[in-house]
Amino acid sequence: MQVPASFDYQRAESVDEALELLRRYGEEARVVAGGHSLLPMMKLRLASPEVLVDINDLHELDHIALVGDELRVGALTRHRTLLESELVGRYFPIVHDAEKVIADPPVRNRGTIGGSLCQADPSEDLSAVCGALHALAVIRGADGERIVSMADFHQGPYETAVGVGEMLTEVRLPVLPGAGSAYEKVERKAGDWAVAAAGVALTLREGRIADAGVGLAAVGAGALNLHAVQTLLNGSEPSEALYEEAGRVASESCSPVTDGRGSAEYKRHLADELTRRALRRAVARAGRPIGSTAREA
Amino acid sequence: MRITVNVNGDDHTREVEPRHLLVRFLRDDLELTGTHWGCDTSNCGTCVVLMDGEPVKSCTVLAVMAAGHEIRTVEDLADGDRLDPVQQGFIEQHGLQCGFCTPGMMLSGRALLDRNPDPSEQEIREAISGQLCRCTGYLNIVRSIQWAARNGHEAAGSQT
Ligand SMILES: Cc1cc2nc3c(=O)[nH]c(=O)nc-3n(C[C@H](O)[C@H](O)[C@H](O)COP(=O)(O)OP(=O)(O)OC[C@H]3O[C@@H](n4cnc5c(N)ncnc54)[C@H](O)[C@@H]3O)c2cc1C
Ligand code: FES
Ligand code: FES
Repeated sequence: MQVPASFDYQRAESVDEALELLRRYGEEARVVAGGHSLLPMMKLRLASPEVLVDINDLHELDHIALVGDELRVGALTRHRTLLESELVGRYFPIVHDAEKVIADPPVRNRGTIGGSLCQADPSEDLSAVCGALHALAVIRGADGERIVSMADFHQGPYETAVGVGEMLTEVRLPVLPGAGSAYEKVERKAGDWAVAAAGVALTLREGRIADAGVGLAAVGAGALNLHAVQTLLNGSEPSEALYEEAGRVASESCSPVTDGRGSAEYKRHLADELTRRALRRAVARAGRPIGSTAREA
Repeated sequence: MRITVNVNGDDHTREVEPRHLLVRFLRDDLELTGTHWGCDTSNCGTCVVLMDGEPVKSCTVLAVMAAGHEIRTVEDLADGDRLDPVQQGFIEQHGLQCGFCTPGMMLSGRALLDRNPDPSEQEIREAISGQLCRCTGYLNIVRSIQWAARNGHEAAGSQT
């Protein structure tokens, strides 16, 4: 049976206490949230932190609230809570699209949005989703809070802007009028990581696309922020020709590798096709009365 | 570390290492071997138990993280000689072959029915989608949970 290497365990009772522990133990410490990325890695000895700081009792980090024109989602919000949140589905159908295909119910009962983003695995669905939504990450440390964009948050595979002695506390999703969004994923079996996936979020203003965001998963790092395709979309009128062009640009701007899930060529093809599909659905959803996506199936 | 975990309604206090997994705490320390373990990689769902009423993979939860929470294992499904409707359903509909996946499947079925007494076939399939049956008896597992839904509304097994 696989067992992690020995470590010390600390259960934080407040964010301040968690930060204090992270500061005290420095490089040796890791936060544990759902543990569904970290514990498997520790069992395989791919990670061996000396101290785990458990944040599961920090209920203040488990919240979903509309504040002004932002949906604020606490870092400890579980996949399941996101999937069941009517507020999330109403404003961000892309999140529900993705959550339906992230892992399986027992994993979704534990895994958190904060853990997903901080794991920074290039296959992470919520990283692509939050990238497309131009989400903001709130990072707290001893000196207070700082807010970074998703582009700055993800610095490379398994690397984020969260420094030693800091933690992610909240994710903020901008609520935009006339917005539509969608996520498309191809996996080998139910609950599996993506072979490739694409998320699109945009708004429609006077028949033209504005504020376009595109995120890809599992097709190489750096695919999370796709300037070229976003520039192409912004200001354009939706059309099949535009979707085709966007798919082509998206597939050119990613860097998939051949592995057990498929060849690089196949994944590039998927990035193209899934971007088109997500775009088509995001446009169809945009401008519709809020909440009407629930009846689409 | 000294921890107290509530398992099947009783508090159990033990001295454990932080790296001790919940599945081992249940099987080795409490000798509740009804909780099976298979892949050890968080993939097969054999080790599913209920934590505060919801299915979790106990090979991917530290025992220390379960402290202060309520764990329910397959041993708690029957009430004395009276089987939970889900257990009865597995008998009526031949829901098990080798029995390896059965405890986890029954617990996920129980958790689903506690929340949704009348699930669709799709909802049942979704609820057990993280759990592998090596004997691939899915059809009868789904039928077993359907049987429990039809016959178990007033049964004593459900705790909520
Ligand atoms: C069988 C299986 C299938 C899966 N399938 C998918 C899938 O299809 N798609 C997908 O996207 N994911 C999938 N996952 C991953 C799952 O969604 C994880 O739960 C998630 O990636 C990590 O969340 P967590 O809360 O469990 O994080 P943890 O494992 O607790 O932590 C992950 C990392 O983030 C750090 N961390 C956590 N929270 C914070 C914080 N607030 N501040 C700073 N650092 C923090 C930890 O220190 C660690 O380095 C799967 C996992 C399993 C086991
Ligand atoms: S033994 Fe826990 S998921 Fe397979
Ligand atoms: S009955 Fe054999 S594994 Fe399911």
